[in-house]
Amino acid sequence: MRKFTTHAGVAAPLVRNNIDTDAIIPSVEMKRVSRHGLSDGMFAAWRYLDRENRVPNPDFVLNRERYQGASILLSGINFGCGSSREHAVWALAEYGIRVIIAVSFGVIFRSNCLANGILPISLPSELIEQILCYIDEDPQKHKLHIDLAKRTITATDDFIVHFDIGDSDADMLLNGLDPVDLTLRQDDQIRAFQQKDRLNRPWVYL
Amino acid sequence: MGKTLFDKLWDLHTVADLGDGEALLYIDRIFLHERTGSIALQSITGKNRHIRMPSHVFVTMDHIVDTFPGRGDDTLMPSGREFIETTRAEAKAAGIQLFDIGDKRQGIVHVISPELGIALPGLTLVCPDSHTCSLGGLGALAWGIGSTDAEHALTTGILRIRKPRNMRVTFTSELKPGVTAKDMILHLIGRFTAAGGNGHAVEFAGPAIDSLSVEARLTLCNMAVEFSAFTGLVAPDEKTIEFTRGRTYAPRGAAWKNAAAHWQSLISDADAHFDAELMIDCAEIKPSVTWGTSPQHTVSIDGCVPEPDEERDPVRRRAMIRALDYMGLKPGEPMKNIPVDAAFIGSCTNARLSDLRPAAEYLRGRHVAEAVRAVVVPGSTTVKAAAEAEGLDRIFTEAGFEWRESGCSMCFYAGGETFGLGKRVISTTNRNFEGRQGPGTRTHLASPLTVAASACTGKITEAGDVELAESTRPQGSAA
Repeated sequence: MRKFTTHAGVAAPLVRNNIDTDAIIPSVEMKRVSRHGLSDGMFAAWRYLDRENRVPNPDFVLNRERYQGASILLSGINFGCGSSREHAVWALAEYGIRVIIAVSFGVIFRSNCLANGILPISLPSELIEQILCYIDEDPQKHKLHIDLAKRTITATDDFIVHFDIGDSDADMLLNGLDPVDLTLRQDDQIRAFQQKDRLNRPWVYL
Repeated sequence: MGKTLFDKLWDLHTVADLGDGEALLYIDRIFLHERTGSIALQSITGKNRHIRMPSHVFVTMDHIVDTFPGRGDDTLMPSGREFIETTRAEAKAAGIQLFDIGDKRQGIVHVISPELGIALPGLTLVCPDSHTCSLGGLGALAWGIGSTDAEHALTTGILRIRKPRNMRVTFTSELKPGVTAKDMILHLIGRFTAAGGNGHAVEFAGPAIDSLSVEARLTLCNMAVEFSAFTGLVAPDEKTIEFTRGRTYAPRGAAWKNAAAHWQSLISDADAHFDAELMIDCAEIKPSVTWGTSPQHTVSIDGCVPEPDEERDPVRRRAMIRALDYMGLKPGEPMKNIPVDAAFIGSCTNARLSDLRPAAEYLRGRHVAEAVRAVVVPGSTTVKAAAEAEGLDRIFTEAGFEWRESGCSMCFYAGGETFGLGKRVISTTNRNFEGRQGPGTRTHLASPLTVAASACTGKITEAGDVELAESTRPQGSAA
């Protein structure tokens, strides 16, 4: 799995609540049985004036000159709600997004981020507002530096925001662990559970 | 201190407590569909890994298949065939049960899993589909996951999960006539927002829940994800136990008796602690309908499109203005004045037999308005056959509805069928997001009864109003 340790980049504001995964990657953009080739369709309904011919919408935040090369998204409440499609995260990752800072996340989307080396950071809206004020002057100059081990977002020496993330989520990202391998390390426990469970709930086993 | 139903289900499936609120949970059933399951299966094959419990894994074709009569592997959606063929080949190679096109057990995943007894009370069930929470209506611990987690669950039989907090939503007093489970969940989300359940497993309780049918409880729990909950749950009761009896994959004989006895213990203890409690008085719930582009944009059907100027939060206000623009509506407009171009009855929310019956009953002797395109898509091939045995298909078609094969159909747009740009649809589905039913398509979520009534008048209509007007019309007067 893709590691995440530190990241510095341009941040772009998509400050709306309830941005759903249909908006992040419309169903119609999920054309193949594949995790790849999705970034072109990311935010397609908002990003293009003419989706089929890929005519960019100059007003969409990621199309604006000042946010070119953005790798950090700032958003509102419940980012990534809706459909479980991991394609939303695959599209964001392929586009180059490494960090999403939002008030809260859709639960499935958040897990999908962790599985693909994107760091989901939850912050109160007041702090997100402060970060927005800071980057607004010149997003290309006012980059954000994120250090996962230290749990910090650094804007300037005197503007450092601390965030919380569970230790195991952080470990997965910091070490780029494969969750399947990690779980299989506890295979003895799984087998023992199953043996006992077969006696307790025999009807479960087909 | 006592345990909640969710705590009990969590503890029953905990293989290892990892500390910090995390655990390895044992997964009893995995369901896949051709949309997202195909990728998980392909990825497992690619890594030369294997499915741990193939007999506990099921696959259906629902998301991409067409619902036109006489359908095959070709789809209106470009490249749909690839999803279907990949899924079929991978399912065969993995030795897992597939409910293929043409199979009489085929249908929408969350409709067929209770129908076949694959989802049962007390089981953990996951599927790479967000509406897996529907099965909480049976008292199963069921939730949607991504494809990577599906791969994890398939290969290890386990998922690593941080335990959500406990919430209880109690529905007190009785539902008014014409108010359904769909109206209850829309009302809840409208009042407490689309993020209201974030971080929580939500148990629905109270006298109004006790009186709901099992199928209605599936509808209610279906939209727990629209409330941003980890999942929804209803404690199993006698109705649930009866519902499971004799289902294809349900236990039989002595095993069934033991299972049923176990299921009866799956209730929240009287002294269980909930981190959050919400109360809703059902007397306040009217048939509900959405006006905007989030399920939280819900109002009572006799209400009006809200006024953004009255919203103090700037982010929410901007969202409302944006939604009004997308929906082509003006603040203050009565919902019942809004004309509709199309009516859709279907989806994992509202396409079970108990959804089709009241809609058909309403439509008997009535007809869809001239300019309205109306489509009904049964939730499963079994539902379709049962409905046809009762003659519901004829009522729908005589009323002017198209009667389809089972599948997810126009609940979402994948490049195939849509009602079209700018078309306004009254729909029994679960998501009114921008573009969900097609580019520029405007969705109003409602119950099957409201959809049936609106289809007939060509504008958003409360079924009860029409029935009342007809019953008080003097005899012999013109129709």
